[in-house]
Amino acid sequence: MSTFVSPHKSSTRLRRNVPAVEVRDLRKTFRRRDRKAGRFARKREWPALSDVTFTIERGECVAILGQNGSGKSTLVRLLSTLLINDAGEARIFGHDAFKEERVIRRLVNRVSVEASFFKKMSAAENLSYAARFYGMGPRQTREAIPAILEQVGFPADRRGESMENLSRGMQQKVALARALLTSPVLLLLDEPTTGLDPRSKLEVQDFIRQVRAEHDATILLCTHDMGEAEALADRVGLLDRGRLLFLEPVEDVKRRFGVQTLEEAFFAATGREFEAEHDEDDEIREVFG
Amino acid sequence: MSSYAIELRNQLVGLAGIVERNVYLTKRYFLWDLEFMVWTIANTLTIVFIARATGLAAAAENRLATNLLVGAVIWAFLGIIFEFVTETVAWERWEGTIEYTFMAPISRPVHLFGMAAFAVLYGLVRATILFFAVVAFIGLHIPSANYGAALALLAIASLSFMGIGIMTSVLPLVSPEKGAQLGFIAQGLMLVVSGVYYPVTVMPEWMQWVSKVSPATYALRGDRASIVSGAGMAWADVWPLLIIAVAATPIGLAVFRIGERYAKRHGKLKRSG
Repeated sequence: MSTFVSPHKSSTRLRRNVPAVEVRDLRKTFRRRDRKAGRFARKREWPALSDVTFTIERGECVAILGQNGSGKSTLVRLLSTLLINDAGEARIFGHDAFKEERVIRRLVNRVSVEASFFKKMSAAENLSYAARFYGMGPRQTREAIPAILEQVGFPADRRGESMENLSRGMQQKVALARALLTSPVLLLLDEPTTGLDPRSKLEVQDFIRQVRAEHDATILLCTHDMGEAEALADRVGLLDRGRLLFLEPVEDVKRRFGVQTLEEAFFAATGREFEAEHDEDDEIREVFG
Repeated sequence: MSSYAIELRNQLVGLAGIVERNVYLTKRYFLWDLEFMVWTIANTLTIVFIARATGLAAAAENRLATNLLVGAVIWAFLGIIFEFVTETVAWERWEGTIEYTFMAPISRPVHLFGMAAFAVLYGLVRATILFFAVVAFIGLHIPSANYGAALALLAIASLSFMGIGIMTSVLPLVSPEKGAQLGFIAQGLMLVVSGVYYPVTVMPEWMQWVSKVSPATYALRGDRASIVSGAGMAWADVWPLLIIAVAATPIGLAVFRIGERYAKRHGKLKRSG
C-alpha cells in the first residue's frame, strides 16, 4: 500500500484525456550586454530556448539532457510559472502555463539543484511553511510531515534541527519531501542529484523510482547525468543551446545514431563532446536560465 | 464546500502560514532580536536626551522629550513595517526560497498582506517595549497620556503604511542588488516630510504640501496629541489615513504585479537575481 500522502482538497480540477505536458514552439530569449563590447554597448539577445516542441503523457518520466546553459532550467522555470515566454505555448493537463498560473501552480512542484530552505528553520518547519501555501492546515500537516519525511528516509530525531546543520544529501531529501507533500501531478526535477555523494545520489534515484511506482505523478527530469537519465526515464531528450534535438526512448536514440551510449549520441548529434568547455554564449544562458 | 469556499480557505491557510513562518524565524533569531531592541533603545535615547541639553524648564523639557520620543517610536514602527514588507522579496532571495514561494498557489495580495500583518503585530510589540523602556530610563512624566487612542491611531495608520510598503517591496524584485536600500530611502523621505522630530510648519511650504499625502504626518500628529495632552482620536487624523490606505493598497498591489511580470519576463525571479 502506498504510504504517500493523499492529495489535499483542492479547487483545481484535473483534466483527463489530455497530455500531461504539451509544449509547442516555445521560445525564450534574454537580453544582456556583451561583456567584451563595453559598458555602454547595446544589449544583445541570447536565445535560451528556441522553438522547443514536445509532449509528455500522463504518468511518463521524461529526461531532458543538456549541458550547463543548454536551456534546461529555463524550460523548468517556464513550466513552473517563474518566467513568461516570448513565443509559443505550454500546456499542463490542458491548462495554459502562462494564462492560468494559479491552476498550474496547484498541479506542479519541483526539486531544483539547490535545496533552498530557510536555513535557521527545521525540516518540519520548512515543510509546514511550504504546505500552508497549498492549503494544508496544521491538522493535515501534523500527520503528513512525519509520514513524508519517514518515506524519504529522513531520521525522525533530526526533524527539529536547523536545515543549516544538515548535509547536502539530507537537505535534498527534504526538498523531495516538500515537493511530494503537496501531491503534485507534474513533478519537475532540475538536476536533483547534482553535487550529492554517490550514496545519497542512489537513495534519491531510488526514491524517484518509488514515486513513479506509488504516486500518480508525471516526471520531467532535467539533468546532465546521462546514466541517471537512462536509468530513470522512459524517453530521453537532448537540449543543446536552446534547441531540442530529439526526444525518444534511449534504445531508439542509440539506433538512430548507430551508437552504443548517449555520450556518443550527443557527439553524433552536435559534433561536440558532451563535457566540452562551453563558450560565453552558453555561460550567459546559464546565468539567466 | 464550493470551489470558491475551498479557494478562500486555502488562501487563509496560506496567510496563516506566512505569519507562522515569521514566528518560527523570530524564535530562531530571538537573541538577534534582543540585540536589535537594545540598539533601537540606545538610538532612541540619543534623540530624547537632546531635550535635556536645551536647558528648558522641567515641564517644557518633559514635553519636548515626549514629543521626540513619539517621533522616534513611530520611526521605529514604520521602519519595521517597511523592512518586513520591502524585504518580502529580498529575504526570500537571500534564503534561496524565492522560486518556491512565487510558484506556490497563494495569491500575491494574500502573500503580501501576510507579511504586512506580521510586521504590524511585531512592530506594535517592539514600539510598546521601546516606548516604555525609554520612559522608564529617562524618567518622563506623562500622567495624562491616552494610550488607547494612540495605539488605535497607529493601528489605522498601519493600513496606509502597509499599502506604501507593498509599493516599495517591488524594488528588490526589479533591482536585486539595490532594491532593498531604495525602500529605506522611501521610508526616510516619508518621515522627513512628516515632521518626525519637529512640527511640519517649520518646513518650506512645498514640503508642507507634500506632508499632506504622507500617512506618517497624521500618525505623528495624532499620537503626539494623545500621549502629550491625553487627547482622544481625532477624526481630522483618521479620515486622511483611511483615504490614503484605500488609495495606497490597490496602487501598491498593482505596482507589485507590474514588477512581478517584469521580473518574470527578464529572468529576475530567481535566487541570484
